[in-house]
Amino acid sequence: MLMSKPLSFGHGPQQTLKCVEVHKIVKMGSLFRSAEMTLCQLFLQSEAAYACVSELGELGLVQFRDLNPDVNAFQRKFVNEVRRCDEMERKLRYLEKEIKKDGIPMLDTGENPEAPQPREMIDLEATFEKLENELREVNQNAEALKRNFLELTELKQILRKTQVFFDEAVAGGNVCHQAELSAYGGSQMADPSREEEQVTLLGEEGLRAGGQALKLGFVAGVILRERIPAFERMLWRACRGNVFLRQAEIETPLEDPSSGDQVYKSVFIIFFQGDQLKTRVKKICEGFRATLYPCPEAPADRREMAMGVMTRIEDLNTVLGQTQDHRHRVLVAAAKNIKNWFVKVRKIKAIYHTLNLFNLDVTQKCLIAECWVPVLDLENIQLALRRGTERSGSSVPPILNKMDTPEDPPTYNHTNKFTSAFQTLIDSYGIASYREMNPAPYTIITFPFLFAVMFGDLGHGCLMALFGAWMVINEKPLAAKKSDNEIWNIFFGGRYIILLMGLFSMYTGFIYNDIFSKSLNLFGPSWRIFNISNADLKSKTVFELDARADQNYLGTSYPIGMDPAWQLATNKIIFQNSFKMKISIILGIIHMLFGVVMSLFNHLYFKNRLSILTEFIPQIIFLTFLFLYMVLLMFIKWFVYFANISDDDIVYGTRCAPSILITFINMVLQKATPYEPKCKTSNMFAGQIGLQYLLFYIAMICVPWMLLAKPVLIMRKRKQAHAYSVTHQQMASATENGDAQQTGGGTGGHGEGHDEEPLGEIFIHQAIHTIEYVLGSVSHTASYLRLWALSLAHAQLSEVLWNMVLSKGLKVEGWPGGIALYVIFAFWASLTVSILVLMEGLSAFLHTLRLHWVEFQSKFYMGAGYMFQPFSFEVILDSASQSKEEP
Amino acid sequence: MGASAIPFIIFTVIWAGVGGFLPMVVPKGPNRGIIQVILILTGVCCWLFWLCCYVAQMNPLIGPKLDRNTVLVVAKQWGIEILIVFHFQSDLTKAFPGYKP
Repeated sequence: MLMSKPLSFGHGPQQTLKCVEVHKIVKMGSLFRSAEMTLCQLFLQSEAAYACVSELGELGLVQFRDLNPDVNAFQRKFVNEVRRCDEMERKLRYLEKEIKKDGIPMLDTGENPEAPQPREMIDLEATFEKLENELREVNQNAEALKRNFLELTELKQILRKTQVFFDEAVAGGNVCHQAELSAYGGSQMADPSREEEQVTLLGEEGLRAGGQALKLGFVAGVILRERIPAFERMLWRACRGNVFLRQAEIETPLEDPSSGDQVYKSVFIIFFQGDQLKTRVKKICEGFRATLYPCPEAPADRREMAMGVMTRIEDLNTVLGQTQDHRHRVLVAAAKNIKNWFVKVRKIKAIYHTLNLFNLDVTQKCLIAECWVPVLDLENIQLALRRGTERSGSSVPPILNKMDTPEDPPTYNHTNKFTSAFQTLIDSYGIASYREMNPAPYTIITFPFLFAVMFGDLGHGCLMALFGAWMVINEKPLAAKKSDNEIWNIFFGGRYIILLMGLFSMYTGFIYNDIFSKSLNLFGPSWRIFNISNADLKSKTVFELDARADQNYLGTSYPIGMDPAWQLATNKIIFQNSFKMKISIILGIIHMLFGVVMSLFNHLYFKNRLSILTEFIPQIIFLTFLFLYMVLLMFIKWFVYFANISDDDIVYGTRCAPSILITFINMVLQKATPYEPKCKTSNMFAGQIGLQYLLFYIAMICVPWMLLAKPVLIMRKRKQAHAYSVTHQQMASATENGDAQQTGGGTGGHGEGHDEEPLGEIFIHQAIHTIEYVLGSVSHTASYLRLWALSLAHAQLSEVLWNMVLSKGLKVEGWPGGIALYVIFAFWASLTVSILVLMEGLSAFLHTLRLHWVEFQSKFYMGAGYMFQPFSFEVILDSASQSKEEP
Repeated sequence: MGASAIPFIIFTVIWAGVGGFLPMVVPKGPNRGIIQVILILTGVCCWLFWLCCYVAQMNPLIGPKLDRNTVLVVAKQWGIEILIVFHFQSDLTKAFPGYKP
C-alpha cells in the first residue's frame, strides 16, 4: 500500500495543457514533484512594460533573468528612476525616524496599494520633498529656539547662583568669611580670598575701598558637570593659584539642543585680578567649552537682567510650544500614510529594478525579457499581462513565447501554510533537482511518527500537542504580532510539525503505556499472580511470573500496547529493549525500502531504464534479501517461540529461541549457528540454511551488478553510437548548438548531459555509489537503532524524575505533605517541561531530521536543484520590512 | 496462539479505515493528493506500531519480575487472584492495616 500509492500521483512530462481540467489534476499533485517550468521570452511595448511588470509583481509567479549581465549597474536604462526611488526611500526613512522619535503610532492598515503609475512618481516625490523640507525647517527652528532657550536658562541659573555668592560676599561679615575660609582656606586656591579677608579685617568700608583698590574681576559661566574637576585643576595650575573659583550645581538637567540628550551642568564664577589672568581664564574656559555669560556687578542690574531673562524665557516657551505643535501635526499627518508610501515606493523601485534586467530591441519600442514561469500558471500570467496592457492603455498586446533551453529550470513547490514547514525541512538539506520526487509529502507523517517513537510518552506528547494546538488555533493573532524573538519564530514556524509530533507522541506513548513514566491499566493485565506459596512470600523478595500459558500468563496479550505489568517489573528494561530494538529495525528497514522505491519513481519519470535495471533492481534485491529477511525472522520468532509448557515443545521454548542478530551475522559470515543438543536445531523453520545461502548469494551478486553493469552498458552504447555515423551526429550537434545559442541569448550552452562524461569518471562514480549503498545498508540499519536508544533514554529519564522528585513529595505524611507536594510538584513540573519536553524533544527532533536526511533521502534524493525565486512584491516588501527592523 | 481475534480485528479495521477508506472519500480539491498520502501513511505507521507491540507480547518468553511489595499491592488493587488473598490474608492485613477482604 505504501509503495504503490505514490504512482498515481506521479505525472508524466507528456501531460500538457490541453484543457483546464488537466491543469487542475496536475496541480493537485504539485507537491509530489516540483512544478513544471518553462523559459519564456516576453516582448513588452515600452509604454506598457511598467504596468505589465507591476501586474506580474502582484502575481509573483515569474522569475526574470538578467539579460545584461555584463552591463554595470550604473549604465542600465532605468538607473535614474531607481535612484529617484532610493532618494524617496531615504526621505521616507527620515520621516519615519522623526515619527518614531516623537512616539507617534504609525497606522498599519495592512492594505496593499498597487504600484502607482510612473507619472504619479513626480507627485510622490513632490510630497516627500515638501514634507522633508518642512520638517527640516521646523527642526532647524526648533533647534535654534532650543539653543536660545538653553542659553537663557543658563543665564537665569547664573544670575540666581551668583546672587548667592555675591550675597555671601556682601552680607557676610567676618563670620561668613571665616566659614568660607574653613571651606576653602585649606587649599591654596583661596589665596585671593585671603587677601580679601585681610581687607575685610579693616571693616566694611575697608572692604569696599580695598575691593575697589584691588579691582577684582570675575567671569561667570556654565560648564558640564563632569568637567569641573579637570577645569579646576587646570585653572589652578595655569594661574598658579591666583584665581578663586566658586561653583554650584544646576539641579535640573538641561537639554542639549543638538543631540537632544539631557545633560547636567554647573554654574561657576571665577574671581581674579588683572587683565593677564583674565585672558588666561577666558582661554581656559574656551578650552573646556564652558559658556561665559555677562553678569553685571551691581545687584540692581542683576535683578533687572534676571527679570528680562524671565520674560524672554516665557516668550520663548510659547514659541517653542507652537513650533512643537506644528511639527507634531506634520508628523501625525505623515504617520497616517507612511506605510502606504513605503509600499508604493518599494514597488516602483522593484519594477524599475526588474525593467533594468530587460533588453531593448533594435527599434527601441519594445522591451525583451526572459523569465522562468510555471507551465500551469501560464494562463494567469497571460491574464496579468493583459490587465497590465489595458491599464497602460497600450494597443499592442504583449507576446509571451515559450523557449527551449538546455538549462535546468528552477525548482518550485506549491506549498501552503501546513506543508511549507515540512518543505523547509527538506529544503534545508538541499533544494530538490528539477521535477525530482519531493520527499516533503511523506515527511509530513513519517517525521512526526519517527520522532514519536523516540519521544513516546502520553503525558509529554500531550503537553507538546497542546502547545502546538494553541499556536495553530491562535495562528492569526500570533502571526500578526510579528515577534523579533528568533526562538519563538522557529517554534511558530513549525507549529504544525509540533502539533503532529505531539499527537503522534501521544499515540506511541499510549502504545508504550507510558504516561510520565506510569502505566494505565485500561484492559486488565494479561498476567496474574498465582501459585505463590506462603513460604515463598516470606522467603523471596522478587517473584518472576512464569510466562507459561497455564501459569501466570493468561494466554493472550494486552490488547493495545504494553502490558501495565511490565511497568512494575524489575526486568522491564530487558523486555522493552528487545521489543524496542526490534521495532527500530523493522521501521528503519521499511523506511529505507520506501526510499528505494521512491528512486524507482524518479527513474520511471526521467525514463531512465538503464538506472532501473542497473541500480534500482539490485538495490531493492540487496535490501530485501538481507535486511527484510531479518525483519521476517523477527516476526517468525514472535509468532513461533513461546514459553513451553512441556518438554515436547522445547524446540520452540524459551531455551531454544535463537538470537536474531547471531543468526543474521552467521548468515552473512556463512557459519553454522551453535545450538544446545536438546534443541536439535538452530533453524527457525525447515530449510532455513538453504534459503539463507540462496538469499545471501543473490544479494552478493547484486554488488558487482550495481558496480559494473551501468558503466559497461554505457561503454557499449557509446561504441555503437560511434560506429553509427560520425558525420551525421556532428551535423546534428552543430545545428543544435546554433539554435541553442540563438534562443538562449547570452546564457551560453553549458550543461551537457552525462553522455559527454569520460568513462573513467562514470566507473568511479558508480563505484562510489555502490560502496555507499552497500555499506550504507548496514550502517543505516544500525543507525535506526537510535530510535530504541532515545526512546529508552526518554523513558528512563522520566522514571528517574518521578522516583527522585515527585514520589518524594507523595511520601510526606500529614499536612506538611500538602506543602511539600506543592513545592515538589512545581519543581517536577518545571523539570518535566524544560528537560523532558524541551531538551529531549529537541534531541529527538534532530535525530529524526538526520534519519530523514541521511537514511531516507540518500536512497533517492539528488537535491541538486536551485530555488525558484519569483519577482513578487510580497516577498520584496516582507524582506524590506524585516531588514529595516533588524538594525 | 497467544493472539485474540477481537483486538486484532478491531484495530486492523480502525487503521484500515483511516489508511484505506478515508483516502477514498477525501473531497476533491488542490490538496487531495497530500491528504490521501497523510491518511495512508498514518494508517500504516500506527497499525504497524500497534501490531509490533501486540505481537511482541503474544508469546512471552520471560515473565515480569515483581517485588514482594508489588505482588501484594497488585494482588490487592487489581484483585487478580482471590485465592492468594485467602491464603495470605494475615500478611495482607499486616501490610495494609486498612485492608478488608
